[in-house]
Amino acid sequence: MSKINRQTWRFNHSIYLGATGTAVGPLEARGPLSGNFDKEFEHLDCGEKSWAKAEQSLMRRAISFCLAKAGKAEGDIDLFLAGDLMDQTVTSNFIAREHRVPFLGMFGACSTSMETLAASAQLVDSGFADNVLCAVSSHNATAERQFRYPTEYGGPTKLTQTFTVTGAGAAIVTKEPGKVRVSEATIGRVIDWGIDDASNLGTAMAPAAADTIWTHFQDTGRKPEDYDLIVTGDLSSVGAPILDELLLEKGMDITNVHQDCGTMIYTPDQPVNAGGSGCACSAVVTYGYLYNRLAEKSLNRVLVVATGALLNSSTPKEKETIPCIAHAVLLESVKEGAES
Amino acid sequence: MIFLYAFLVGGAICVVGQLLIDVFKLTPAHVVASFVVIGAFLDVFGIYDRLIDFAGAGATVPITSFGHSLLHGAMSEGHEHGYLGIAMGIFKLTSSGITSAILFGFLVALFFKPKG
Amino acid sequence: MLNDPKNYKENVKAYQPKLPYVTNCLNAFWVGGSICLIGQVIQTFYMNIFHFSKQTAGNPTVATLILISALMTGFGIYDKIAKFAGAGTIVPVTGFANSITSSALEHKSEGIVLGIATNLFQLAGEVIVFGVVSAAVLGIVRLFIEQVF
Repeated sequence: MSKINRQTWRFNHSIYLGATGTAVGPLEARGPLSGNFDKEFEHLDCGEKSWAKAEQSLMRRAISFCLAKAGKAEGDIDLFLAGDLMDQTVTSNFIAREHRVPFLGMFGACSTSMETLAASAQLVDSGFADNVLCAVSSHNATAERQFRYPTEYGGPTKLTQTFTVTGAGAAIVTKEPGKVRVSEATIGRVIDWGIDDASNLGTAMAPAAADTIWTHFQDTGRKPEDYDLIVTGDLSSVGAPILDELLLEKGMDITNVHQDCGTMIYTPDQPVNAGGSGCACSAVVTYGYLYNRLAEKSLNRVLVVATGALLNSSTPKEKETIPCIAHAVLLESVKEGAES
Repeated sequence: MIFLYAFLVGGAICVVGQLLIDVFKLTPAHVVASFVVIGAFLDVFGIYDRLIDFAGAGATVPITSFGHSLLHGAMSEGHEHGYLGIAMGIFKLTSSGITSAILFGFLVALFFKPKG
Repeated sequence: MLNDPKNYKENVKAYQPKLPYVTNCLNAFWVGGSICLIGQVIQTFYMNIFHFSKQTAGNPTVATLILISALMTGFGIYDKIAKFAGAGTIVPVTGFANSITSSALEHKSEGIVLGIATNLFQLAGEVIVFGVVSAAVLGIVRLFIEQVF
């Protein structure tokens, strides 16, 4: 493995996404990416008694689809890396309890999806593991309860507010040749430009995404045109144009290739305000929709930049500003004959 | 006519709340707390009673009337028993509202499931 | 210039969606007004059928509205109306009932004692605190003034 400057990893071996698994809730299932997910639940409670159990059910389903599609059993997995938005990442901990696999819990808020994927790829590349399973989840009702108000409370919604995606995504990272390669990762720095409004995370996270994307292109020497798509995690319809503008000011134009998972996963008429957010937002779009497009080669090179706001429910009340982070992973479709 | 006034006055009080949220960026909790305090203040000069006479439910349904009723109850006992009366009477008029909110809130929570 | 960490909060305002002040106020007005109108209908009913006086009819009216609001919260309707009504559903006493019921409902999974009962006033507690403190202070001041003059 080689390190480029301080933040970018280029993997020495060919690292692949062996298989992916996704599960989503009812609203995501009615969105424009419907059909790209392995399990689409009809009810928000996923047939469970509590929201917490529903979120666990999402991650459990995503993992079982992922293992089944890869043709792997629990014993083939050397490490399990997972994270979510709940206090002490309990969803991941409780799912890890069901498997006899060494576990590393991770937290990077909504950037956890690419944080776990980048770390998994690095562990496989360095030879410390052969097959790593990574997973993340988020659930609208558990996140509402944790970060905002009770789900049935009639609080007013703001236009800048995002809507936590109900879903979970899992992937197996391996050296065994597959259809999609994980070739590079750029690890983000924590950026805080003084936004203190917890209902405006898109604006708060845009500078972090800009920093990571800028660094990625500086380190690799590429240009945005070299990529088919740059997707950000959950900047929403508010944060995405700000990111474009931040980079335009520095002389980098990503507007033609930039999309945001938060606006891809819902139609504009769905009641989600500025768009989707949460760990699952970037995870289900990447492991569902983007994986399928890369596998069928309608997309060849995609940079996934998962963004995260590193706050908890009390820090905004204590007048703290919001530290943010973004991690980027470069996914490439595998060319015919290049698999050996 | 009281129906029209109830609608207009009740609606107007809500518009003030909406402006506090949109213009002054207050949270719902701050809005409700301010309204209760304002209601109590307006009772001092008997303004709120006149508003109730004029608009009926338009003045008794908004949460401002909670502050008004608290002070009203406190004062009626206060006149009889002095300063101690204030503590004795503060929940006198609002008792039915608080009791029903606790009771119905508890029962609904027992028998329903959050829909999300 | 957005690439200015010190003034980002100020400069980024040009990129924020514009608040529909007028629509928000209109929605708050007609929804809040309608809740009060329903309250007036209930109050008139209590006055005519059960012969409550104008002063005492407020109590059963508020209790009835609280019952309706608690049930609508249970059926998951109240928060849907509140999405567009804004202050129109927060300011009336039905909002108070909604905050109590929704908090209790949310923590149902933690049990009846530690979940429902403990969290009942999670959001509504502040209303009672501010109400009691302001009424007590104003009551003492008023009583003092009345006794002195």
